[in-house]
Amino acid sequence: MTAAAVFTQNDIENFPFPFPKDQYRYSANVEPTGQKASTVVGSWGEQRVVIDAHYRRELAERSRILAVDPTRSQCLPHMVPAAWDAMLTLMHELADGYPQHMTLERVIAEPASYRWRNALLDIDQTFTFGAADTLPTDPLTYICSQIQEDVVLLDQRDDQMWGDAGVVTFAADWSFGFDVGMSFLQIHGPVPRLHSEKIATRAHEFIKRLQPAQSYRRTNWTLTVDGKLDTSTETYPEWGKDRRTLAEGPLEDVGDRLFLRTEVQHLIRLPQSNAVMFLIRTYLLPFRAIATIPEWADRLYRVLEDLPVDMADYKGITRTRGPGLQWLRTHGPVVP
Amino acid sequence: MTHTVNAPPTGLTGTDLLVTVGTVRELCDGIREVTFTGAQALPSFTPGSHIGVRWGTGVQNSYSLTGPCTDPDHYAICVRRDDAGRGGSAWIHALRVGDQVVITPPRSAFAPISVARHHVLIAGGIGVTPILSHVRAAVQWHRSFEVIYSHRPGQDALADELQNLCGDRLTIVHDVDDFWSHLTPILEDSVLGTHLYTCGPAMMIDAVAAAATAAGWPAQRVHSEQFSSAVATGGAPFAARLRRTGVLVPVGADVSLLEALLERGVAVPNLCRQGVCGECRVTVRGGRIDHRDFYLTDDERAEGDTMMPCVSRAAGDQVELEL
Ligand code: FES
Repeated sequence: MTAAAVFTQNDIENFPFPFPKDQYRYSANVEPTGQKASTVVGSWGEQRVVIDAHYRRELAERSRILAVDPTRSQCLPHMVPAAWDAMLTLMHELADGYPQHMTLERVIAEPASYRWRNALLDIDQTFTFGAADTLPTDPLTYICSQIQEDVVLLDQRDDQMWGDAGVVTFAADWSFGFDVGMSFLQIHGPVPRLHSEKIATRAHEFIKRLQPAQSYRRTNWTLTVDGKLDTSTETYPEWGKDRRTLAEGPLEDVGDRLFLRTEVQHLIRLPQSNAVMFLIRTYLLPFRAIATIPEWADRLYRVLEDLPVDMADYKGITRTRGPGLQWLRTHGPVVP
Repeated sequence: MTHTVNAPPTGLTGTDLLVTVGTVRELCDGIREVTFTGAQALPSFTPGSHIGVRWGTGVQNSYSLTGPCTDPDHYAICVRRDDAGRGGSAWIHALRVGDQVVITPPRSAFAPISVARHHVLIAGGIGVTPILSHVRAAVQWHRSFEVIYSHRPGQDALADELQNLCGDRLTIVHDVDDFWSHLTPILEDSVLGTHLYTCGPAMMIDAVAAAATAAGWPAQRVHSEQFSSAVATGGAPFAARLRRTGVLVPVGADVSLLEALLERGVAVPNLCRQGVCGECRVTVRGGRIDHRDFYLTDDERAEGDTMMPCVSRAAGDQVELEL
């Protein structure tokens, strides 16, 4: 069975297709959350945290990765309150979005204690906010074993944002273990064109001014071989060669092996800790599925063809975009 | 003054909350605690946060929240009646249980610093209010802290609550000499990584900051309460003239130029409404601009022929737009 076989019509209908135009450049493409974004075949974006048909499969993958490499989950000591804040915020979000499966009940007023139930995973947990011994694990790892999103928590101090906690198992070509403790501007240092275009600075100013309960979203994208969620810097030896085998392999395989990967990113100011929660949700769709929607195939083709070399390098798609373009021409509906 | 029971003073705008007065308590002469409950869940908040209480059309007073901050079942504020003020505190003092009030959601401008190794919290008079919520959090998260509360005899609002939470970490002083004889050694001996927070009269804030600076404290470790909020879209009213149609669009003090334009049916593309994304950029043909965005470069600002109407305003009483 190929990786592509687990993707269904549903995934196409819910896919956040990331290209509004035939040309892609970096921009601070942020918009308020919670608005439905329509695509030619469906829509996405009504909820900030989304559970879909891949829930159990992706959670199993996350726990496998964490078992192999515990450094994917980090919480610097001063971030403990923010981690609790993030957990509680995510529980509220899930209970509001999926009331048929999840509930959060206040059981004691002070100290604030709750009963959390997640029927999808048979979880029924009573805990006291801030009391480590009332949860089976630290709060961030706990909640991240129940959502498909990766999470980074940014602390605000000295007029800067710092990436001081998070659980990131599905990084696309970066390493949370390397970035933890760095400032927002340091983390974005290596992105080509970002500094010269002042986008990182602008985004930074914007995040610093996010108000409690305000949240914004944006999308990012890349290409991934064989639908692998974990293409982080640490595991490069495991997945790096996939780009070569794709490029050197038969063209027919590209439709099933090459995926468009969209990250839907949410920025949410946490109410109690004043930290900002950055949620990164990864959606994958094989080229063969994209080819069933002529408008998407055509748009993807134009974007890939136009993308400047430095940006393609940074996205890690220098080797794969050629085969992708060729496949879209040969086996897809695209007329160059 | 007139006081209309059960009538919220202003209409609700986007994020405003409608709350009901739950309790009213005289803490000491001239200082009242008022608690509010909401029909909907009240948002959690960061210690040191304040809410705006709307007490008339277009006017609001900011007050720090003093109660618990995790999914609270009520908000509590303490208000000192200020008869020389504009009338907001008197309006609040006239509230009765069951009255409905419109408030803004909590905003944080005086948050505890997560990496501090020790917190020195200084309260002057009614400035005790945000300090109490800092103390609650410090106790909850086992932070190292101490409190100096300076107040006039008898004006001891919230002293009991503080005492219960702080034990011997609280020092109460009644005059300036006591205050300095207690604070000066702290400023001189504090361990590296200590942060100082002051909330009280402006004179006290300035004096503490000056003493801290003199004792070698870097500015990043000296904090004080000031009710500043995020990007301010409001300002003096002005008008925008649309060049293509000649229409004059008035922009009120509380609305952004973008909102005023959209209201008039002028389609201006927009995304973030925070002056960041660049979507709403419009060409300006006349009038000076008060730039408040993060999008335009300094050069572009200097040109003066383009602005971001979601946050920026006219610097005078009119701008002329290429719309
Ligand atoms: S709407 Fe984004 S800059 Fe104005």
